[in-house]
Amino acid sequence: MSDFEPKIVAFACNWCAYAAADLAGTSRMSYPPNVELIRVMCSGMVDPIYVLRAFEMGFDGVLIAGCHPGDCHYISGNLKAEERVQALQRLLHTLGLEDGRLRLEWCSTAEGEKFATTVTEFVAKLKELGPSPFRIREEAVA
Amino acid sequence: MNGNGYRKIGVYICHCGMNIASTVDPKKVAEYAMTLDSVAIARHYMFMCSDIGQELIENDIKELGLNRVVVASCSPRMHELTFRKVCERAGLNPYLFEMANIREQCSWVHSDSKLATEKAMALVRAAVRRVFFQEPLEARDTPVNPNALVIGGGIAGMQAALDIANAGYEVVLVERDTSLGGHAMQLSGTFPTLDRADCLISSKVEEVASHPMVKLHTYSEVEEVSGYVGNFTVKIRNKASFVDGQRCTVCMLCSDVCPVSVPSEFELGLAQRKAIYAPHSSAVPARLTVDSQACQHFEGDQCHACQEVCPTQAIDFSQKDTFIEEKVGAIIAAPGYDLLPRERISMYPDDPDIIDGLQFERILSYSGPTLGEIRRPSDGKVPKQIVFIQCVGSCDPEHGVPYCSRVCCMYVAKQALIYRQVVPEGQAYVFYTDIRSDAKGFEEFVQGVMAGGSVLYLRGGVSKVFRDGDKIKVWGVDTLVGQEIEISADLVVLALPMVPRPGTNELVRKLNIMSDKYGFLSEAHIKLRPVESLTAGIYLAGAAQWPRDLPDTIASASATAAKALTLISKGKVVLEATVASVDESYCLGCGRCEEICEFHAPKISKNGLPLPTASINEVLCKGCGACAVSCPTGAITIKHFTREEILAEVEALAGV
Repeated sequence: MSDFEPKIVAFACNWCAYAAADLAGTSRMSYPPNVELIRVMCSGMVDPIYVLRAFEMGFDGVLIAGCHPGDCHYISGNLKAEERVQALQRLLHTLGLEDGRLRLEWCSTAEGEKFATTVTEFVAKLKELGPSPFRIREEAVA
Repeated sequence: MNGNGYRKIGVYICHCGMNIASTVDPKKVAEYAMTLDSVAIARHYMFMCSDIGQELIENDIKELGLNRVVVASCSPRMHELTFRKVCERAGLNPYLFEMANIREQCSWVHSDSKLATEKAMALVRAAVRRVFFQEPLEARDTPVNPNALVIGGGIAGMQAALDIANAGYEVVLVERDTSLGGHAMQLSGTFPTLDRADCLISSKVEEVASHPMVKLHTYSEVEEVSGYVGNFTVKIRNKASFVDGQRCTVCMLCSDVCPVSVPSEFELGLAQRKAIYAPHSSAVPARLTVDSQACQHFEGDQCHACQEVCPTQAIDFSQKDTFIEEKVGAIIAAPGYDLLPRERISMYPDDPDIIDGLQFERILSYSGPTLGEIRRPSDGKVPKQIVFIQCVGSCDPEHGVPYCSRVCCMYVAKQALIYRQVVPEGQAYVFYTDIRSDAKGFEEFVQGVMAGGSVLYLRGGVSKVFRDGDKIKVWGVDTLVGQEIEISADLVVLALPMVPRPGTNELVRKLNIMSDKYGFLSEAHIKLRPVESLTAGIYLAGAAQWPRDLPDTIASASATAAKALTLISKGKVVLEATVASVDESYCLGCGRCEEICEFHAPKISKNGLPLPTASINEVLCKGCGACAVSCPTGAITIKHFTREEILAEVEALAGV
């Protein structure tokens, strides 16, 4: 399993986490290339269906990154995201996905370093967990 | 051409000089893009944002009949607008454009060329798939109120208000204290010229207070802000002062007879004021205020001393807070700063002769409690040995704040110089870590003070400060000569850092803007949009955004005025087209969207249909997507962030 490289999709809020990821870039920080970002206007815009589809498509981890509580550009979108993520985590657990594959992080515009660290840690965690069971199942079928 | 099926997508990969090309291979990415579905042309070029790069896209749109465009380059936060305009110029709807961020989120954060190139390909693939589903959208106009609200009557707020008012537009200025001027009114001389601050500032104060285009609300607070760019509604609380401002002649008889004394806020505790008071002798507007927290009348003891003596019957204990509503087009937030509270730095004991820099300004000021004579607070003696300590709590993440407070090096040099002018036989010491003097005339000023020989600069820290009889003992070290230092001082002045004023957080919440981790107001972009907040129509001025001295504050305030004028002088504002829309055929009229929306955009009504359905007020909608996710039937979509578009991105990134 040592050469396993997890695939992560990150839904990043335009106002904070997406900007933090940009800041990580302008500050020339470094993190593994296993993550790809999708820009959303708010973490509260992330429909559970996006997360489910991502796992179905073979992603090993999904990151949702929004503004710190109290900082949401739309007042409470991030809190709505938090509620949904909790519900989703229960659902994913039932579906047989290990805890920790869906991750919610608060990340302000200024926290480029936090974004880079989050991705680095998440990649390490997913390497521990190994490929998503959904992916293994599909590969077995194929 | 934007109808079903037929798509002709152009893909443009930017080298950004070597910024992208040193890690990502743009040629390979372009070759790969050519293999993707519906891609008609893929090119790579040194700088896509250059005139030549832009023309390349423009010509392709016209000549090849492209109906979708993808640019893979820097962050969309940088150049999305640039390329949208390119599309528009070529006759293509700007929302048929998508950007892949292969610089900030790829080439700059990854070093492995192969992996970075593969990731860039995936990002381009996702952008191509997404743009396939994008629809043309039209931006909307809304009228703008031709006036502005300025929050804060310090030097920043006053300058912004004056610039706007002088341009012929009305300003509503809200100041929470009883008079204008803010901290700037407390200063003594200003560096580097030693001009008297209160003279400089009071001319501005007079100009603001008498300006016909300025509606002044002192002793008032912004209670609530609603609406959006160009159309804000602001509820303002006028706090009860218990004195009729029209009648009060500031004769001060009331203050003379008032039996209650409390520490004066304006004098920073170095003097007392009465419960009925004016903060200082040149306060504008000139009227007294009853401090209901201190006044005995409100504690039920029925003291009427002031009322009895007032020759104009101006005092009215029955006054209540009043509320007014103003409709404004733009908002400038300038709530100002305070110094880091002394208590936060535990190594300095609570002692009347250990004061902060702002308190020493009052001692130096001709209008201060000692009328410009330098006397120490404990016993009124003229201090003969005075120690200034810089960076007390600044550049110090362990005890205070990690940032540099920017003004202390300059004001300490100024204070030491003025002290030596007033007390020629005295000795001044300055403990410093670094001298930062990076503005016009600053370095020359500090060097002048250091070289003049009248002030001894010691490079190093202080380990202990404690009371020893009549003296304050300061133990420190001079790291340049490697020597321990002990000074028996009469007065110690601490250069504490500027921090946001208490209450700034609350204002941030009311305005729906952002603050950084220290509580300073956050700009929309630290380099490119330093004057704007992230909320359209709200601008940031002065030291509430970052430690600033007077010229920097005034420059930032004038910049916000220019921004506000740009908005309010046009008469209308273009709103984002990316809002929610409802497909009535799926809508059950359940009302969840109405419940979840923070901005009251969705409404359930019959709309002429047989059953009630949701409709969206597009002016109120901010396009956050909360309603779309909560909709049980998927009847609501956010334009430009549709399920189809985002799922296309997910699938494309997965490589499917």
